[in-house]
Amino acid sequence: MLAGGLSAEREVSLRSGRRLAAELRDVGTVVYEWDADATLLDRLRAERPEAVVVALHGGEGENGSVQAVLEMLGVPFVGTDSRACRLAWDKPTTKAELARAGLTTPDWVVLPHATFRELGARAVLDAMVARLGLPLMVKPDQGGSALGTQVVRTAEDLPAAMVDCLAYGNAVLAERFLTGTEVAISVCADPEPRALPVVEICAKGGVYDYTARYTPGATTFHCPARLPESVQRAAEQVALDAHRLLGLRDLSRTDAIVTEDGAVHVLEVNVSPGLTETSLLPIAAAAAGEHLGQLFSGLIDEAIRRA
Amino acid sequence: MPPSAAASPAPESRSALPEPGSAAAAAPATRAAGGPPDLADRFASRTDGMTASEIRALFAVASRPEVVSLAGGMPNLAALPLDTLATEVAELIAQDGQVALQYGSAQGVPLLREQITEVMAAEGIRAHADDVVVTIGSQMALDLVTRIFCDPGDIVLAEGPSYVGALGSFAAYQAQVLHVSMDDDGLVPAALAEALSRLAASGRRAKFLYTVPNFHNPAGVTLAVARRAEILELCRRYDVLVVEDNPYGLLGFDGQTYPALRSMDPDNVIYLGSFSKTFASGLRVGWALAPPSVRDKLVLAAESATLCPPTFNQMMVSRYLAAHDWRGQIKSFREMYRERRDAMLGALGTYLPDGCRWTHPDGGFYVWLTVPAGVDTKAMLPRAVRARVAYASGTGFYADGLGSRQLRLSYCYPTPERITEGVRRLAGVLNAELEVLHTFGSPDRAATRSVGGGARLGPQTPSPDTT
Repeated sequence: MLAGGLSAEREVSLRSGRRLAAELRDVGTVVYEWDADATLLDRLRAERPEAVVVALHGGEGENGSVQAVLEMLGVPFVGTDSRACRLAWDKPTTKAELARAGLTTPDWVVLPHATFRELGARAVLDAMVARLGLPLMVKPDQGGSALGTQVVRTAEDLPAAMVDCLAYGNAVLAERFLTGTEVAISVCADPEPRALPVVEICAKGGVYDYTARYTPGATTFHCPARLPESVQRAAEQVALDAHRLLGLRDLSRTDAIVTEDGAVHVLEVNVSPGLTETSLLPIAAAAAGEHLGQLFSGLIDEAIRRA
Repeated sequence: MPPSAAASPAPESRSALPEPGSAAAAAPATRAAGGPPDLADRFASRTDGMTASEIRALFAVASRPEVVSLAGGMPNLAALPLDTLATEVAELIAQDGQVALQYGSAQGVPLLREQITEVMAAEGIRAHADDVVVTIGSQMALDLVTRIFCDPGDIVLAEGPSYVGALGSFAAYQAQVLHVSMDDDGLVPAALAEALSRLAASGRRAKFLYTVPNFHNPAGVTLAVARRAEILELCRRYDVLVVEDNPYGLLGFDGQTYPALRSMDPDNVIYLGSFSKTFASGLRVGWALAPPSVRDKLVLAAESATLCPPTFNQMMVSRYLAAHDWRGQIKSFREMYRERRDAMLGALGTYLPDGCRWTHPDGGFYVWLTVPAGVDTKAMLPRAVRARVAYASGTGFYADGLGSRQLRLSYCYPTPERITEGVRRLAGVLNAELEVLHTFGSPDRAATRSVGGGARLGPQTPSPDTT
């Protein structure tokens, strides 16, 4: 179990790893929990684990770097291969891929700091507001757990939001803000991709930000979602489509907004879904009556089989 | 002594208590039929401020060796004589195990309390062991003092900035903190006078003034000796108690000490001391020295909180004080910290961009840095962590949202070389942030920060090693 790492999501990853390790031990798996640090390669060579579960979030664990190393060493691992990770890691690339295939995702622009600097921030921000309207979502172009993500409601707040966001990465992804029901659909491929029940997210503060994600009680979940059956099926289909289109493997989680008209708009697709006590995939698995350890045990068998 | 049944309900009896209405409370938020009840709905309102924060998440990364952490406040224990301490522990168990492993007095081991009076004598305090209450670190003393004095809404005066762990205790008891400004000579008497008279004019009175007079955490400054009597006199005049928190007093880099406030006004000062910085923080042994009426209340509060502080740890400290040259040990700590302070001040002067200013501590662990206008140190922290350096952003040291232009750097733990490298990285982070700010015209954050920002101040605080 690889957990930790050096991304801002280290804490979340450690919690995911601990949780999943315990669930796997419940079903008789022997699990070692390792950090992804300078000792990793030597340990992999020395201990030759049958398979690796990557419970890293953000950075190296999600952008395909760790996966590439595992592939080079020939170590079977659960999750998406390095190349597809690289693609899915970049949020604007993901959105472009999905939009090209006909899925809907909120309109967006992605701009690096250099563009604002060279063309003049005010003019570029004005154009951004003209295109996307207000309020709008601002997020780093890479990374998860909603770190650096905020809703910007007025044009005056935009410059500060840009500064905050650029502390997390080199480019800003600005997105049209949609109101509706926030949902998350986990996909599990063992081996055929299938969707777990749709989880509906109600953040008490209105925005499902980092605090809402990891403070017990700050968010209420409904699983299955309080949406019409047909909308739930549609959301599941969107998640399955996103999983296939992006070439993802074993598991993924698609976050989406369902607008009043029942349309499902993809916000993000995650190759390394959180597995903490307040994370969405475990909630969906529990609602489906599935044991998380058993589910992952199946994925581990699948990883070993295909190696 | 055995615990009384009333003071410590056994866990079994607690679980046997009926919980009326629990099923109804759980129903609307249940994740799935038959799932676990939503216990989150039942938290006391005083926990509302205890939320997860991005800052805490970033601190988790700071603990990795790849990151130069200038954020934490971990004492450097490298100079401790571990071999002799190991022998000491073995002897403690062999000779006194029946006592060391047993419950003890809620007030603390009598011999240790005697020894604590000797330690305090170094700063001019003459005290009786009967007035010492041993606590689990001075943090517990702070908790107990707040518990016995503060009702929700009561006012506590504290320096601005102030120790983050104290602000956490005050928040836990829903006390309201009023900050009093400092300069290079510590708490400003005129500012204190103004705060006291303003409170008096509105018919209110602060329960106490909380102050760290020596080598302040986080500000790195020391209260000038000339100001001490004046501050004590002001508090007397307005009938406000003083809580003097002095964990660093013996860590003056030139071996200098300052007269404790307690030594100047024993009847109106509660003094908090600690072995965390002078011996071993992991043993969690601190103390409060209080006037007898307060002391009795503290002992009762301590009993209900923990029954008694760990006997083993107290006896360990007691043996250490009795058998070792603890003053010599503190001297070697001081020399180590001075070398690190020098490295930090040198690097700050070499690397930091124009527009920064910082304090020059003569002891203790911390430098307080003010960055150029427009930079928000909390918003900049993710950039710093990406550059593999961490600091404690300033807003965590205020209860009122100030401090966004400040940050605390600690030099206690990393080697001088790592400190230099950390400051070099920090300078790069600041320069990059200034460049982005320049692009966006140094936006005013007043508007965005006031939204919900205040409620989260307490919890941005402290990873365990930042205290």
